Amino acid sequence: MSVKTAVVVFPGSNCDQDNVRSWKAISGLDAQLVWHKEASLPNYDLVIIPGGFAFGDYLRCGAIARFSPVMSEIVRLAKRGNLVLGICNGFQILTEAGLLPGALNHNKNLKYLCLDVFLRVENAQTAFTGDYSKGQVIKIPISHGCGGFSLKGSELKTLNDRDRVVFRYCAPDGSVSAEDAPNGSLDNVAGIINEGGNVLGMMPHPERLAEKELGGLDGRPLFTSILRTLKGGS
Amino acid sequence: MKFKANVKVMLKPSVLDPQGATLERALKSMGYDNVGSVRVGKLIELVLESENIGEAEKAANEWADRLLANHNMEHYSLTLEPLP
Repeated sequence: MSVKTAVVVFPGSNCDQDNVRSWKAISGLDAQLVWHKEASLPNYDLVIIPGGFAFGDYLRCGAIARFSPVMSEIVRLAKRGNLVLGICNGFQILTEAGLLPGALNHNKNLKYLCLDVFLRVENAQTAFTGDYSKGQVIKIPISHGCGGFSLKGSELKTLNDRDRVVFRYCAPDGSVSAEDAPNGSLDNVAGIINEGGNVLGMMPHPERLAEKELGGLDGRPLFTSILRTLKGGS
Repeated sequence: MKFKANVKVMLKPSVLDPQGATLERALKSMGYDNVGSVRVGKLIELVLESENIGEAEKAANEWADRLLANHNMEHYSLTLEPLP
């Protein structure tokens, strides 16, 4: 099966090339950059919405990008069951678009945070995380000003009950307490998946730690997991 | 007719407001011990053309619902005035 991958580019995206690079290097397959004005997409098996500052983060992060023409196509592909991965600003855009629940608010200390954090893999049975193990602690960089996940209590319960919190901020030993979430994220949420299991959003940047030249490989299994899912045809 | 709409967008009371909390601490550190809770929001002023005030209100509400406020963490209120 040939795998078709798109990396979406909005005005202000800045991790698009990093994702193309990581995907190509790890999968050995191609990836196309797709401009946000595209109103019609082929059936990409994987769409990556990269980090950055789409439309300058004006109004709210992702609020304006969510109305770009390409988004209705991404919603179509998501409904079809194709894989959609939103990283950082991509996660914010997915919540604004309603493909994922909740919202990302200003970091609790109001600082832009650019540092390595520890994450606990909470669900290693998704299409995106099969090459991790449950409970595994990984180190991945974050780089955001608005990463505080916010959600109604009843909806948070649904996420937890259905194992849809995929990554949580944690201490190096894997324990989780509120101070391990530097952005003030509710329940230490760092990444969540949709009900269908084909749309993942996460604030940390796996593409920044996916080749050994970058100083670590903890992000790599995310890409190998996706590849395995797509090659397996599931 | 032209109308001016003021859309006030605030974080919901249940949502942590780091900017408000910072201002609250700043005012306290300036010696204003009587300061209570501080919340920071946005005021969006927009001018629109509509047949009447009812239509203008409908349009402004739709824009606020779809774009200006995020119902997951914010609520908004709206006032309208006719422009000469």
